Amino acid sequence: MKMKHQQTLIQRLLSPHQFPGGVHPPQHKAESTNVGSVKAKIPARLILPLHQHIGEPAEPIVAIGDKVLKGQRIAKADGYVSAAIHAPSSGTISEISNCPIPHPSGMNAPCIVIETDGEDKWGELNPTQDWKKLDASALRNIIRDAGIVGLGGAGFPSFIKLNPGANKSIDTLILNGVECEPYITCDDIIMRERSGEIMLGITIMRHALNAKECIITVEENKPDAFNAMTIMAKETSDVKVVKVPTIYPHGSEKQLIQALTGKEVPANGLATQIGVVCHNVATAAAVYRAVYQGEPLISRYVTITGSGVAEPRNIRALIGTPMAELIKQCDGNPASLSRVIMGGPMMGYAMQTGQVPVIKTTNCIIACTEEDVVSEPTVMPCIRCGACAEVCPISLLPQQLYWHSKSRDYDKAQEFNLFDCIECGCCSYVCPSQIPLVQYYRHAKGEIWADEREKAHADIARDRHEFRQARIEREEAEKAERHRKKKAALAAAKKKTTEATSDDNKTLIDDAVAKAKAKQLQQGPAADNITNDKIETGDR
Amino acid sequence: MEFKTPTSPHIHSGATVSRVMLLVMAATIPGIAVYVSYFGWGVVINILLALVTALACEAGILILRKRPVLPFLYDGSAVVTAVLLALALPPIAPWWIAVLGAAFAIIIAKQLYGGLGYNPFNPAMAGYVMLLVSFPIEMTRWQAPLANTEASLSFIDSWHIIFSGIQANITDAISMATPLDTLKTELRLDQSVEQIITGNPLFSNLAGLGWEWINIAFLIGGLFLIYKRIISWHIPVAVLATVAILSGVFYLIDADTFSSPMIHLLSGATMLGAFFIATDPVSATTSNPARIIYGVGIGVFIYVIRTWGGYPDAVAFSVLLMNMVAPTIDYYVKPRVFGHKQ
Ligand code: SF4
Ligand code: SF4
Repeated sequence: MKMKHQQTLIQRLLSPHQFPGGVHPPQHKAESTNVGSVKAKIPARLILPLHQHIGEPAEPIVAIGDKVLKGQRIAKADGYVSAAIHAPSSGTISEISNCPIPHPSGMNAPCIVIETDGEDKWGELNPTQDWKKLDASALRNIIRDAGIVGLGGAGFPSFIKLNPGANKSIDTLILNGVECEPYITCDDIIMRERSGEIMLGITIMRHALNAKECIITVEENKPDAFNAMTIMAKETSDVKVVKVPTIYPHGSEKQLIQALTGKEVPANGLATQIGVVCHNVATAAAVYRAVYQGEPLISRYVTITGSGVAEPRNIRALIGTPMAELIKQCDGNPASLSRVIMGGPMMGYAMQTGQVPVIKTTNCIIACTEEDVVSEPTVMPCIRCGACAEVCPISLLPQQLYWHSKSRDYDKAQEFNLFDCIECGCCSYVCPSQIPLVQYYRHAKGEIWADEREKAHADIARDRHEFRQARIEREEAEKAERHRKKKAALAAAKKKTTEATSDDNKTLIDDAVAKAKAKQLQQGPAADNITNDKIETGDR
Repeated sequence: MEFKTPTSPHIHSGATVSRVMLLVMAATIPGIAVYVSYFGWGVVINILLALVTALACEAGILILRKRPVLPFLYDGSAVVTAVLLALALPPIAPWWIAVLGAAFAIIIAKQLYGGLGYNPFNPAMAGYVMLLVSFPIEMTRWQAPLANTEASLSFIDSWHIIFSGIQANITDAISMATPLDTLKTELRLDQSVEQIITGNPLFSNLAGLGWEWINIAFLIGGLFLIYKRIISWHIPVAVLATVAILSGVFYLIDADTFSSPMIHLLSGATMLGAFFIATDPVSATTSNPARIIYGVGIGVFIYVIRTWGGYPDAVAFSVLLMNMVAPTIDYYVKPRVFGHKQ
């Protein structure tokens, strides 16, 4: 077998802003793109995790026994970074309890379960045809209320990424149709089948962002999708459709931005800082539906593929459908599989059971037999060959990260920028010693977070204590001060002599100093809390 | 229904240490073939001796260290060490030279440091230098290229020379200094390079007789490794460019006392060293900029030791010297990380 996992020099020279590194794993995309998408059957039970996105879990607004209609909101966003959840079909709420959800830890988490009635009856929808009259914030509200999150896999609430913030202008809106991970083809198919919806969605997004230019990016290996988008884009003359070279991880936001614009998103920073916003193409289609049809996000394109299914294809599945049902619908036998991966083989994670549901971020389900995946490789010691460093898109030194993570020297690991690692898996993919490098990085990150959380708790406790101490002192001081003032006033009243003025002045100054001190004390701990918050939000 | 849940990535390129080592071995074949054609079967016998010793030592130590034996023998790193060491030995050296060298390389230079991946020094070169320092006579008595001797050496002849106790008598007839050695000795006698080379059967138009083709064959093997992405171009190019530039500058200054870049590039172990020895991943630097510095360092040492040092060739010393500073170079030369200012 000829293995080509890096770019040729010529390819690299031809694309001026190419990001460093990257690999070329076998594509396995043809299998699922031979046929168009089909609509999945409505399952008997829809399982809807409250946490399908980045941010706070949604909060249920229904009770067991309630009848719900399709599209009806069943859980509301809890806070700014959160997303609402809607009933994907009509039926009865049968359970609100912990069920297995797709999560790397394989944990159970709160879900709303709907016993469907098969009627699939819509609730009331509020389409907005003349959305152009709305201002950006009204549009964002519609998108927020429709529960739309990034459908590319990250699941960040989309309305936030349509809000560049006051005083910030967005130069470029990038529509990500790269889909660089092997096996996944749902963006490819949606671009072929729904290019019109995507284009209208883009227009809305652009309106909300007031972006100067707009680029749709499609990887070279999807000529049909590229053509479909190009034809659609012709109508709107200033939307560019760009082909990008097939290399993993080209679809990763930061790498895509670097390849297109030559700009690097600062470490720990956001794309908006360099005037760029990136959305997935499927998200654009969802935005269109939310605005034009008033439909919330209740279904999505999912690729069902892998050697474990006889008819790999894309399915338009209701959110909440158990994965095993979809595998069966593609002629697969869930019991015979060795692994079920949600997402791609490079970054996706394995499900513990087939009962976990499709969620908003489920782009692909790979029903694996032994031939799709590596199991239990013989791990050899690192031979320092540097292959890992050559493919790292972030220009990290994966080998050093590995040494320090393995020996639990986490300070050193952070010195080598452990937290810039995007866990793309390129390093593990090429390592001739077959070391599960990424696993070590995840573990190290987890331990560092745990430590920091502990420390943060300790800090908060200490701050509280100090704050209380300070308050007590301040109160004492104030009491004494009042006492003193009273005395002084009394004395002054008694004396009524001219020499009192200087004394009074001093009192005023003392007063001001005390006040300033008190203020400082109040602000101090508050500022500390912000840093603590930052640590907490890092854990996602 | 429960599934296994290993973490991502779930696929692998198929690269293995054995595959890397196998390709390295394959790439030495042209060089070995040319070497044999000029110097006879002694080369092959040395390789076999070193191989058997290296594998036996590796297995023995792995058993002592209670490590799995087969995967580590199978990884091929001991094979590569043995072959590289054998290629550096004189083809008429007595048998115990190869055995001793290979044993030292594997036991002391590799396994005592922790085995595969942990040795700071290139084991083959450590073995070679130990031999050179301990047995200077055996290690510097080179055979003349077959073309220069009356005798044609059959496999049996080579076998006899290497294994018979009365080695010295037989070998005197066919032994001769290497071209680099000759240059060094004669230059000390105030001969000019021109005088030494002209008419000397040890030299050809390009460099030392035979050595030029051996070097070219190793160069081809090395290019194959770069093409296969087993090694990156940085170290070999840095080594060769440095040797070429340094020798070029001095050659231009005084062509009588300094030999030409051609002689330096195509003599001794230059190509073998640049493509096969300096690129040993375990003991070299790892990032690309660090690799360039490392390669330049080796190139400088090769030229300096060859020209002014006490030994005619210098690849082994240069590599070992740079092995010592490799971790330091790696520490100071880190690539700029995405999204960070330098
Ligand atoms: S690819 Fe593997 S063996 Fe090579 S340096 Fe990286 S971690 Fe070590
Ligand atoms: S997983 Fe991290 S270290 Fe490995 S290649 Fe990707 S970004 Fe680099």
